[in-house]
Amino acid sequence: MTTAPQASSAAPGAQDGADAEGALLRASELRKHFPIRHGVFARQIAAVKAVDGLDFTVRPGETLALVGESGCGKTTTGRLLTRLLEPSGGRIVFDGRDITHLSAGQMRPLRREIQMIFQDPYSSLNPRHTVGAIVGAPFRLQKVKPEHGIKPAVQELLELVGLNPEHYNRYPHEFSGGQRQRIGVARTLALRPKLIVADEPVSALDVSIQAQVINLLEDLQGELGLTYVVIAHDLSVVRHMSDRVAVMYLGKIVELGEKESVYTTPMHPYTVALLSAVPVPDPQRRHLREQIRLSGDVPSPLNPPPACRFHTRCWKAQEVCRTVEPPLAQLRPGHRVACHFPENPPPGQQTAEGFRPTARS
Amino acid sequence: MSTHREGQPRLAGPAVDAATVVGPPPSTFLEVRDLRVHFPTADGMVKAVDGLSFRLERGRTLGIVGESGSGKSVTSLSIMGLHDSANVRLAGEIWLDGEDLLGLTPERVRALRGKKMAMIFQDPLSAMHPLYTVGQQVIEAYRIHNDVSRSVARKHAIEMLSRVGIPQPASRVDDYPHQFSGGMRQRAMIAMALSCDPDLLIADEPTTALDVTVQAQILDLIRDLQSEFNSAVIIITHDLGVVAELAEDILVMYAGRGAEYAAAENIFRRPEHPYTWGLLGSMPRLDRAGGQRLIPIPGTPPSLIHVPPGCAFHPRCPYEELTEGAARTDVPQMLESMPGHRVACHLPTSTRRRIWQDEVAPRIAGEGQEVS
Repeated sequence: MTTAPQASSAAPGAQDGADAEGALLRASELRKHFPIRHGVFARQIAAVKAVDGLDFTVRPGETLALVGESGCGKTTTGRLLTRLLEPSGGRIVFDGRDITHLSAGQMRPLRREIQMIFQDPYSSLNPRHTVGAIVGAPFRLQKVKPEHGIKPAVQELLELVGLNPEHYNRYPHEFSGGQRQRIGVARTLALRPKLIVADEPVSALDVSIQAQVINLLEDLQGELGLTYVVIAHDLSVVRHMSDRVAVMYLGKIVELGEKESVYTTPMHPYTVALLSAVPVPDPQRRHLREQIRLSGDVPSPLNPPPACRFHTRCWKAQEVCRTVEPPLAQLRPGHRVACHFPENPPPGQQTAEGFRPTARS
Repeated sequence: MSTHREGQPRLAGPAVDAATVVGPPPSTFLEVRDLRVHFPTADGMVKAVDGLSFRLERGRTLGIVGESGSGKSVTSLSIMGLHDSANVRLAGEIWLDGEDLLGLTPERVRALRGKKMAMIFQDPLSAMHPLYTVGQQVIEAYRIHNDVSRSVARKHAIEMLSRVGIPQPASRVDDYPHQFSGGMRQRAMIAMALSCDPDLLIADEPTTALDVTVQAQILDLIRDLQSEFNSAVIIITHDLGVVAELAEDILVMYAGRGAEYAAAENIFRRPEHPYTWGLLGSMPRLDRAGGQRLIPIPGTPPSLIHVPPGCAFHPRCPYEELTEGAARTDVPQMLESMPGHRVACHLPTSTRRRIWQDEVAPRIAGEGQEVS
């Protein structure tokens, strides 16, 4: 926070290669600080900088993934985009409309267009409501009258997500985890939203069920032209589902780009370390690849390191990393990175010589 | 030892009696024979583990893989003797270094726990006592098995904490668990589990609650400590990537039974059980470009109260008709299809190999080029 990111204030529109009109959602300088209060007067003594200046766009029809470890601010970002939280700074423009500081009442009509899928299919469904009531709730809340009434509309939705429409009167506890997640998806789809923010949509599910739900989300995107923002910590799932990936570290986006570019030529050292840490299900290849081990833990967002936040754990860090915050700059087409000494730099790019960390063979 | 066992209630039945009279203590370090763990409930008998057998030698790592409800955690709790004896029906044998754990008194099992066998749990926050310092808990574990003074035990605890990579162990030893981060707590629990150099270490989802960079550190740690102490390690996980990193042998479990057991390499290169194929096909892979569709296993895992008759996987198995009805009526035995590779499937070995090579491997692209 000592220096303002320069690229972001200059021309947020040109950065992704998408023009300002083409984006379904645009976040600029987005911030969320949670105050920590103390004493009788509840004086603010500090703030958790959960999200600290994000710039990105979401294009219609794409899947943008936010990845990072716990505490990087990805869930807070999702809640800001759906306006379940009030941003402390910055702007969110959805479909040409500034929704940054809309009141709950003003947001309500927009809830038809922005919906959320939650991680835990157990706590996100009311156990005392039938599936019919749960999936039909959006119609009632938004006072939308489907053509043939709510019940046929709900049954159609259940069929769409691969559930038996006759289960209309059952309760959530009668369903397995994967089926409950489908119920949540059906509810999300009820009003045909334009944007769906999915926060860890499959992380609570078993592998075989996870694959069913991933395929379902992909099919629905194709059929209904949905736009997804997927929040996930599982890099394998993200590689499978997304079109573009934003890697977050301590409330900042450190790398943002087309999926293949990020996965095959990651430029931020954090992304490189993150990718190398994922266990590969292939015992033969485990000896071949180079693994980078980050030491220590993620610093506290209460008091993040100055300038580049990754410098405390980065093997390439030099003096400039402690004093000047690197801007999120486009180094390859459609691929931005916030680093003074990127890995895999494109040809011609001047970078200081870093050294590799201790690598396991 | 077939007649009366103290401490552990037994399951009656001819199959069990036949199993219990089987032979003398095995030469293997750990051998589980026909283990059955059933829980009576108001809705019926939950058959969490139903006839599981496997072996493990010192210095080897066995990965047990399966989805929720496959019985992998229940198996590990049975080995550790941690089931509440009032609510469980246990049968079979668990031989650890010449002793049948299921036949021992609770006192004897307690003496073995910690020294002979130790366990790392998934959630370190619930496995540690919040009101005692980390040091006190490691010291207690050490002093139970070693007649040493408090200060010697404390020195040992500090050494263990530094061994598992906790910075400034001499001061962190007096911290409470809540003052540690998730990864550090996991390390502290590993320090506690390893404080008495156990011969058998069971790690139940040791990294599931952790971030990927911390997971990598913990997996390295388990690997290094194992080679140092030459212990036998069982790693229980749902993540095929984690077992591929650590395990030499893999046991795939489904609905409380073993489905396939083989060297790790063969589980990934030439798997023979349709359920293993399903797991491999439904897993998104980091080392593959996205775009190709996942191949999920249809349906959901069965209820353990109403386990499907015959092969428990048959309602979800795409090749079930090829068994001509056998899969619906007979429980398949774990049979050796080649040395060291055992599969519980009614399909003939040649058919399985053909299906893998011609149908499944090409779909799980990248896999199977080296199928023999």
